[in-house]
Amino acid sequence: MSITTPNGFNLDNSGRRVVVDPVTRIEGHLRIEVNVDEDNVIRNAVSTGTIWRGLELILRGRDPRDAWAFVQRICGVCTGTHALTSVRAVEDALGIDIPENANSIRNIMQLCLYVHDHIVHFYHLHALDWVDVVSALNADPRATSALAQSISSWPLSSPGYFRDLQTRLRKFVESGQLGPFKNGYWGHPAYKLPPEANLMAVAHYLEALDFQKDLVKIHAVYGGKNPHPNWLVGGVPCAINLDGTGAVGAVNMERLNLVSSIIDRTIAFTEQVYLPDLIAIGGFYKDWLHGGGLSSKNLLSYGDIPDRANDYSPANLMLPRGAIIDGKLTEIQDVDLTDPEQVQEFVGHSWYKYADESKGLHPWEGVTEPHYQLGPKAVGTKTDIKAVDEGAKYSWLKAPRWRGHAMEVGPLARYVIGYAQGNPEFKEPVDKLLRALDLPLEALFSTLGRTAARGLECEWAAQKMRYFQDKLIANLKAGDLHTANVGKWEPSTWARDVKGVGFTEAPRGALGHWIHIQNTKIANYQCVVPTTWNGSPRDLQGNIGAFEASLLDTPMHDPQQPLEILRTIHSFDPCLACSTHVMSPDGETTIVTVR
Amino acid sequence: MDNQLDITPERDEDFDILVLGIGNLLWADEGFGIRVVEEMHRRYRFPDPVRLMDGGTQGLYLVQYVKACRRLLVFDAIDYGEPPGTMKLVRDEEVPRFMGVKKMSLHQTGFQEVISAAELLGWEPEAMALIGVQAEELEDWGGSLRKGTKARIPQAIEEGLKVLAEWGVQAQEREEPPATGLLRFDLDIAGYEAGRTAILESL
Repeated sequence: MSITTPNGFNLDNSGRRVVVDPVTRIEGHLRIEVNVDEDNVIRNAVSTGTIWRGLELILRGRDPRDAWAFVQRICGVCTGTHALTSVRAVEDALGIDIPENANSIRNIMQLCLYVHDHIVHFYHLHALDWVDVVSALNADPRATSALAQSISSWPLSSPGYFRDLQTRLRKFVESGQLGPFKNGYWGHPAYKLPPEANLMAVAHYLEALDFQKDLVKIHAVYGGKNPHPNWLVGGVPCAINLDGTGAVGAVNMERLNLVSSIIDRTIAFTEQVYLPDLIAIGGFYKDWLHGGGLSSKNLLSYGDIPDRANDYSPANLMLPRGAIIDGKLTEIQDVDLTDPEQVQEFVGHSWYKYADESKGLHPWEGVTEPHYQLGPKAVGTKTDIKAVDEGAKYSWLKAPRWRGHAMEVGPLARYVIGYAQGNPEFKEPVDKLLRALDLPLEALFSTLGRTAARGLECEWAAQKMRYFQDKLIANLKAGDLHTANVGKWEPSTWARDVKGVGFTEAPRGALGHWIHIQNTKIANYQCVVPTTWNGSPRDLQGNIGAFEASLLDTPMHDPQQPLEILRTIHSFDPCLACSTHVMSPDGETTIVTVR
Repeated sequence: MDNQLDITPERDEDFDILVLGIGNLLWADEGFGIRVVEEMHRRYRFPDPVRLMDGGTQGLYLVQYVKACRRLLVFDAIDYGEPPGTMKLVRDEEVPRFMGVKKMSLHQTGFQEVISAAELLGWEPEAMALIGVQAEELEDWGGSLRKGTKARIPQAIEEGLKVLAEWGVQAQEREEPPATGLLRFDLDIAGYEAGRTAILESL
């Protein structure tokens, strides 16, 4: 049957059904079902989160000052971002201001996480959708060196370097343990890079892996330890003593200089490795501009990185805040997370129950009551679903909506909103990249555009780390050493019944935590996470979510090898652990069933 | 200053032996590995080359710590199709293979990849050991270890100490628990379980 959704997409579910499960390379479980027509073009797409979680079940009754430590454990990838969002929610509820130094340090930690997450995503989770590792074995190291030197001044680029690397890779592949590379569809015709570009990308895969160890030192300096750095309601948990000596205790000048030097290396890596790779790889894929979906229509960003402490107004946020509806780039709408009419979650097609499912609930009123049942057209059983029925309930993700609209969130949303606002920090790099690839602005609304925005944002974040590090040091040298406000630490100072909202832009998109504190304990806690926005199921009006929209009209070379689906879904950097429980637990490789 | 915990800016790569608990504390028996290391730290002191770490579900983000050690001891909840509570010790090249046999949890593919990624970066461990326990319950979001799983902690520690002894390391029993545990902010097992009980009673 062919229909047009209210948000303007044509769906036809009459063709063959292809099921891809699971789709993510990292934590979490996501299943995609599509219908393809006789030419293997995707005409219907269904996104199912196969895991559920209700945070209120672990946080109710707990001390709000500990909530960050719990939410940090939801997911292995967004740890720090969840922690930051949580302390902001509690501070909002209790009316706590944080010192300027704490704001700078939190921003540095959040930006560091951006850089870390974007680099790991591009090189370790997503690059394999574009880079054929096995093809790299056929590369000529000399030609690889020439290619690398033609695009960047990065010093690791000699023929000998690539030859050694190729030898290591060959040994690894021949040993039969493809390890991190075992999930690839090597040799798939949708791979477009010549062997030399593949070898260069594999080299940078390894360099990026190694570079992580520097990045996490920043979290160790300011968070006291790593993994799982410490956070604090009211500020940051690190004391500062500029004149301190030795290796233990407060952050001293030596530690600050260590962070500064890592920031310098981060800027060099993003400018000399990540961005040139992006342009080089993008150049081979500029004819593959599928995957735009909702990005040319509805985009949402909460904004983040407050320049001055405690001012969360759009003018003070360095990452843009706003919503774009129906592709109207000239009308950026204001976003208010406390307005009950704006962010709402619906469950008409989700495995949850509301008293009245025609209405959405604002997160402060949020309810998470599981209700698992398959629709009449589903194939299979509750414990072994062959195909879901998207006409009924079909996902463990709720359907978040902004003023009733399905929205895309993430780096591309932030960049398009920043671009539309005319902010040169976002507009100029985008224009430069498009010129380098000789592509029009519309090309942004694609899988490649999403991947490109992430790369540009990584460089932006590295530069902003430098900004806040300089700002921090200047403030410390001026004599302000405050890092925490403990004026309202004692629960006896708190109001009896308060609500708050904390927000960040997680690397993968808008993240909000809504908290209700009663009698000094958590009464309700709801998170609306980026992958719930992007992976959203349909709503009762029939609006499809961002993942679903992004897959439509994409031609597949071979539905048995769904590289095109993986490439587009991975471009969102999905993280389903946030939204999560195992229903179909077997199989770590992608299972494709064609029927 | 307790120098056995995690990685601080001063001590990020100067260890020989990494004792790593992995898993998700919030998913019932999935927290086994971390709880073992937590208890190990509460009861014992180790000489300097040993680092105890709560690896959580950090996946690839753990690669540099793995790469930095010469010997790796991992505790984890595993599914080998045995009766719940069955403990198993596997060594060396069996470790990554074992963690990839049957994936039941969210982090295991992750850790198998961590090992191969470390090897791709040139890591050549002298020894690896994995002490796993067959999980009973993973479906209880926000819950703690099941009784039978929790009862395995002392045995897992004992096995772990034997492995460390083979590697030339003698643990020293503490006279009293350390001032700061491996887990804080009510994520320590006592605080976590007390809060859980209160939640269930309030429902």
